[in-house]
Amino acid sequence: MRRILIYLLPLATFLVVAVFLLRGLWLNPREVPSPFIDKPAPLFTLEQLAQPDAKFSTTDMKGQVWLLNVWASWCVACRQEHPLLVELSKQKAVPIIGLNYKDKPDAAKGWLAQWGNPYDLSAKDPDGRIGIEYGVYGVPETFLIDKAGVIRFKQIGPITEEVWKQKLLPMIEDLRRSGTAAS
Amino acid sequence: MKRFLAMLLMAAAAFSANAATEPTLVDPVAQKRLVDLSAQLRCLVCQNQSIAESNAELAVDLRNQINEQIKAGKSDREIVDFMTTRYGDFVLYRPPFKATTVLLWVGPLALLLIATFALFRTLKSRRARVEDHPLTDAERAEAQRLLDSVQNKNAS
Repeated sequence: MRRILIYLLPLATFLVVAVFLLRGLWLNPREVPSPFIDKPAPLFTLEQLAQPDAKFSTTDMKGQVWLLNVWASWCVACRQEHPLLVELSKQKAVPIIGLNYKDKPDAAKGWLAQWGNPYDLSAKDPDGRIGIEYGVYGVPETFLIDKAGVIRFKQIGPITEEVWKQKLLPMIEDLRRSGTAAS
Repeated sequence: MKRFLAMLLMAAAAFSANAATEPTLVDPVAQKRLVDLSAQLRCLVCQNQSIAESNAELAVDLRNQINEQIKAGKSDREIVDFMTTRYGDFVLYRPPFKATTVLLWVGPLALLLIATFALFRTLKSRRARVEDHPLTDAERAEAQRLLDSVQNKNAS
């Protein structure tokens, strides 16, 4: 009996390693866990894309559950999530603030004119400095920020219908409720 | 030879194109710190390259960021902390030792110790088995008889 156990040991080791490797196949290396979850969103004040003399500040959004969507006209994947964002803004599902990341204002405005503007407003981050503050590394990225200005969720890459229905929407509804209960 | 020259020229062109956007530090100590620091940090766009190696835009931005912080008199530790608070421990090629990484750091050593222990035990028990059964006189005589018979056969 003991003999058999000893001979089974390599097989067992192999199986354990295989299970870990198999699990690795389904992990996405692009999805780096963000250290920002449940931390206050970095504050910033930036010029707005549409009116450079008007400013946008993260503190303007205090008391609201909102999305900060990092986008750029040069970003191919942004086109992919764009129709969904436009649809959400039509439904007035949630305020969406754009962070126009490392873009030229004219190109950005042209892009919005061509494909529609789902943003309540877009703030300009021409040199990507605010992007670094938020740990942005692959546009599009979307942050869900609660009433107290705390980041609750981060989507790396395009928001899909699935992500919206299964993650974002339930979280938004939850955050809205919990916020009113507390305040 | 011609090909080699062409390659050399292209390489030179690539370097000079780079130089335009690259942070340049006059101070050699600061320059070395910039290179060392950016070599420790992973570029998140092209994950198997460090910030020092990568030409992705984000890597250039982050090198600029490090450059600025060096100029502002920040310590290496402060700069690395700046990066990890924004991008997580994943940016570090050398992960820190903490509760979630204990297995990573200690695991291989533990496996080595266990394997060494098992090896010694096996060797010891094998030796014991061999030494515990010396040949009896009868067996020795039988062995001698067999050897002799072979020799006799060969001789005849």
